[in-house]
Amino acid sequence: MEGSPSCKDQTGRRHEAAGVVAFVKDYMGFLLPADLNLLWTIGAMLVAVLGLMLLSGLTLALSYTPDASLAFGSVEALERRMPSGWLLRSLHMTGASFFMAALYLHVFRGLYYGSYRAPRRGLWLIGSALLVMVMVTAFAGYVLPWGQMSYWGADVAGKAVGAVPVIGSLLERVFLGGDAPGTPTLHRMFVLHFTLAFSIVGAVVLHVAVLHARGSSSPSGPQGETPARMLPFYPYFTIKDTLGVVVMALLFTMVMCFWPGLITEPANYRPANPLHTPADIEPEWYFLPFYGMLQAVPSKFGGLLVSAGAVVVLFCVPWLDRGPGWTGPKSGMRWLAWLAMSVLVASFVLAGLAGSHHVQGVWLLVGRLATVGYYAYFLGFLPFYAKLANWGERA
Amino acid sequence: MTGTQVLSSSIAQARKWGGVALLLGVGLGHGPAGWAQSLAPAQAPVQNWSFKGPLGHFDLAAVQRGYAVFAGVCASCHGLTQVHFSDLAGMGLTSEQIAALAEAWQVPDGLDAEGRLKHRKAQPDDALPEPYPNAQAARAANRGAVPPDLSRITQVYPGGPDRVFALLTGYGAPPSHQSGTGSAAGGGLVGGAHPAAVAGGEGGFANPYAIGHRTAMPPPLRDGAVVFTDGTQATAEQEARDVTTFLAWVSNPHADSKRRLGVGVALYLCFLATLLVILKRRIWSHVRK
Ligand code: HEM
Repeated sequence: MEGSPSCKDQTGRRHEAAGVVAFVKDYMGFLLPADLNLLWTIGAMLVAVLGLMLLSGLTLALSYTPDASLAFGSVEALERRMPSGWLLRSLHMTGASFFMAALYLHVFRGLYYGSYRAPRRGLWLIGSALLVMVMVTAFAGYVLPWGQMSYWGADVAGKAVGAVPVIGSLLERVFLGGDAPGTPTLHRMFVLHFTLAFSIVGAVVLHVAVLHARGSSSPSGPQGETPARMLPFYPYFTIKDTLGVVVMALLFTMVMCFWPGLITEPANYRPANPLHTPADIEPEWYFLPFYGMLQAVPSKFGGLLVSAGAVVVLFCVPWLDRGPGWTGPKSGMRWLAWLAMSVLVASFVLAGLAGSHHVQGVWLLVGRLATVGYYAYFLGFLPFYAKLANWGERA
Repeated sequence: MTGTQVLSSSIAQARKWGGVALLLGVGLGHGPAGWAQSLAPAQAPVQNWSFKGPLGHFDLAAVQRGYAVFAGVCASCHGLTQVHFSDLAGMGLTSEQIAALAEAWQVPDGLDAEGRLKHRKAQPDDALPEPYPNAQAARAANRGAVPPDLSRITQVYPGGPDRVFALLTGYGAPPSHQSGTGSAAGGGLVGGAHPAAVAGGEGGFANPYAIGHRTAMPPPLRDGAVVFTDGTQATAEQEARDVTTFLAWVSNPHADSKRRLGVGVALYLCFLATLLVILKRRIWSHVRK
């Protein structure tokens, strides 16, 4: 590895003439820790899916009509008789699920390896903002086809917003554009959906720019980030990322073409019917953990706080984690991080399972335990594990 | 409950029926209206559809026969509002065949000078006409129930094509394999005690695959209800099988193209991934661990 061409002085090159060629050269020579594992290719997958979502979304928007009486029919017409309309729509629907799945993996990677530590705190904040933006975009997009779940999903979200004290009912009216979901809601969601989509592109550019200024972290900690243990982006990581994207594309194709039932909700192929509330109103799978937490709390507003807090708490992670991480002298204690992370992931999954059932009886208990488990990681473990680890060493 | 209501609530409740059946099953089997009260629709027997599974594909001859059943029988009460005649080209018909097929239908064509509704022959660009001008008319003609639109029926109906087929062929019969209980009591009732219920009185027609084991739809199929041009014997069961295949196709007309595309793309990506793995190993072979 010594003598690889990239180990030249990076800063020197910054002063060379600017321009596309220089930019690409600079980008390709960017040094990354040699020991990055497969989880570090998920960022590239996210960029690829984002590109796919923009392209398919723009073409879908050409034939979509945001009107309560026309939306469902316009989507049906698109799927049934626009050239390749069915393909565009399946790409976009499958893409939404893959985007969220990849995003969750990306976030858990960051949490597990402490990618949020200085000097990458800003990067983490931009990432958390991206998570919120993507979730809002996905929600707005799901309302657009105006099926039963679109309608009742918007209704539930409106009521959740309405539970905010004092300004709740105002917020609900602003969100829905009336007393109940309807054409004004569709206009709002349509505009929100694609303005946010382009804002996401901007935020991703920022995300990657900050990453380039601060450098990637190494799974083995700071000592993995020394120049001697780094390799240039091209060709070492371009090939790795390309391979990651191709493997994801393979999974994507299988789900989209052979097992579409995994990511579609049959009830949404029924046109919205304001007079008929479905017995089970259930969001897309990627919102289920938050939906489970929403229902685990007896008060409406409390539920809203707890489930929104589950995302907000991510913004605080760089400051909640008071410890030095698990590398260096503490690497022997890594099992503790592993255990805590397992509890966090299990809680997230269980909250999702609770969200997919009527949250009563056993599921209410599961939902509550999962909520506690989720928060325990951020508020109980991160701030205090350093002391715990010291204690472990002394014992 | 109206037909639409029955259907909409059924999707959502499908998951819970198992539990409901267990709760209601045994105890209620003895009442006078025994099996009607065990609300859970029976588990439909699994059928071997041509289009089943990730690599299935539609038997287009069956889809075309199924269209004949739909047009000849179902269309008098059910719509396929999202479908245009030209979409039916996907069943394997030429544009001349589509034009001829459309001509057999009448579609509304505005009002005449006296304000009466005019009709004309349908053209390929028209949507299939709805059987009733509005929900009230549908309800009036069907003792209070609105026959649901069938554009996506096998997708939205819990139990899918298996249950559509079971419903069409299951009138009056005790279910052939039950999930809950109550079939014993039901068998007895159908045998003689309540012929009126089977024939359809206030509560509709006995059918173990309907919610509450009652449906407002009279048994639609009988032997020879349509004539198949390809010479297939039009038994009631054959008609049910073919119309279910047709409805599954209408619910998901591009499923075959999608699966075909999937096979090609997946093979290509496997090949590409193999090449990339080799390339990656070569590139990384210079790196000392
Ligand atoms: C639209 C969504 C996103 C895109 C397209 C995206 C893209 C990327 C890319 C390309 C990388 C570099 C490759 C890698 O490390 O995987 C990266 C790194 C990173 N991302 Fe994201 N990201 C997104 C969302 C997020 C979110 C939601 C978070 C956290 C809340 C986040 C936090 C990070 C961090 C901390 C790194 C640096 C990782 C390290 O080097 O240790 N990102 N992202």
